[in-house]
Amino acid sequence: MWTWFHKLGSPPHFYRIATRLTPWFGWAALLLIVAGVYGGLYVAPTDYQQLDGFRIIYVHVPSASLSLFIYVNMALAAAAGLIWRIKLAHAIAAACAPIGASFTFLALATGSIWAKPMWGTWWVWDARLTSELVLLFLYFGFMALRAAIDDENRADRASALLAIIGVINVPIIKYSVDWWNTLHQPATISKLGKPSMDSDMLIWLLIMLAGFMCYFVAVVLTRAKAEVLQRARDQKWVRQALEGK
Amino acid sequence: MKARHQRLIAIGLVLVGLGLGTTFLLRAMNENILFYYSPSQVAAGEPPEGRRFRVGGLVVNGSIDRAPGDLEVRFVLTDNAKTVPVVYSGILPDLFREGQGIIAHGELTKDGSFRADEVLAKHDENYMPPEVEDSLKQVHGGAET
Repeated sequence: MWTWFHKLGSPPHFYRIATRLTPWFGWAALLLIVAGVYGGLYVAPTDYQQLDGFRIIYVHVPSASLSLFIYVNMALAAAAGLIWRIKLAHAIAAACAPIGASFTFLALATGSIWAKPMWGTWWVWDARLTSELVLLFLYFGFMALRAAIDDENRADRASALLAIIGVINVPIIKYSVDWWNTLHQPATISKLGKPSMDSDMLIWLLIMLAGFMCYFVAVVLTRAKAEVLQRARDQKWVRQALEGK
Repeated sequence: MKARHQRLIAIGLVLVGLGLGTTFLLRAMNENILFYYSPSQVAAGEPPEGRRFRVGGLVVNGSIDRAPGDLEVRFVLTDNAKTVPVVYSGILPDLFREGQGIIAHGELTKDGSFRADEVLAKHDENYMPPEVEDSLKQVHGGAET
């Protein structure tokens, strides 16, 4: 089992596997997102209170879930890089950050657009919205710290520490709606118990979530490949991988 | 002990320490993180006196009273224990209606009513098509409609 683990940690091996996997996830993402958008906009019934206004949920909820999921992945990769000194893990953490930041921004923007007509305001400083904004700044901080340090190894270690410390914010975002009374509503889908959403609406939400997930995997693999190539730019296997198939 | 075990333990300790610290910090600040007070808390005098705060509750059925030719609207908020009468003049959000959760921002006036300058609608976590809502109402007795 450990040989498998060590093999995965080797950049040329990772490069080959990622090249093979990326198209699968890319096409799956495209199919799922097209199906989810169609289902969410045309097939799903309107909501009893918000009418068609609720449909922004099909972008908002998957983006918000992904923003947390990607952060946890980034922190785990950073921790693996820090503990076992795996450079590939640092490369993956670095590849995660801009994608996570984009999804966080998308969650905040779609939430804000929905909140203006429904709540009556673009923004409130309640616990859920504020902690999600902190998440965006954590991603920005991670990227800025990497960019600010020239030495690759030091940049890896410093940013990994920041990513690990920031993981404290993830449970705060997730449970903010339960711990404090917030303007943001509590979770609709939870692992335990029946979701408080009609199944005709929920199915498209889950399809969108799966689509966003595949999109993330496809993009993170592509970005990590580029990062790996750049780090190993003077090694022989890079030349072989790029010139001769 | 190998170096990587030391690093693993160090990271674990940092996370535990930070987690504990954050927990205590958030508990100490609990009152400031609360977004709104309930009518019962208002009745008990919990909100700071002479300062603006938010009160949240359900709009009592039949309590909405609009002044003709004016944006002023009066309604009563309840948490099913105590009530707070609210006066507001301005545009109400889409989701404002009887029985809806509402959060009003403003201050208590001397006559015990709440003068709001911002009214926000709190949406709940339930999503369903109108037909489902109709059948739910029939099951629970049509008296609410």
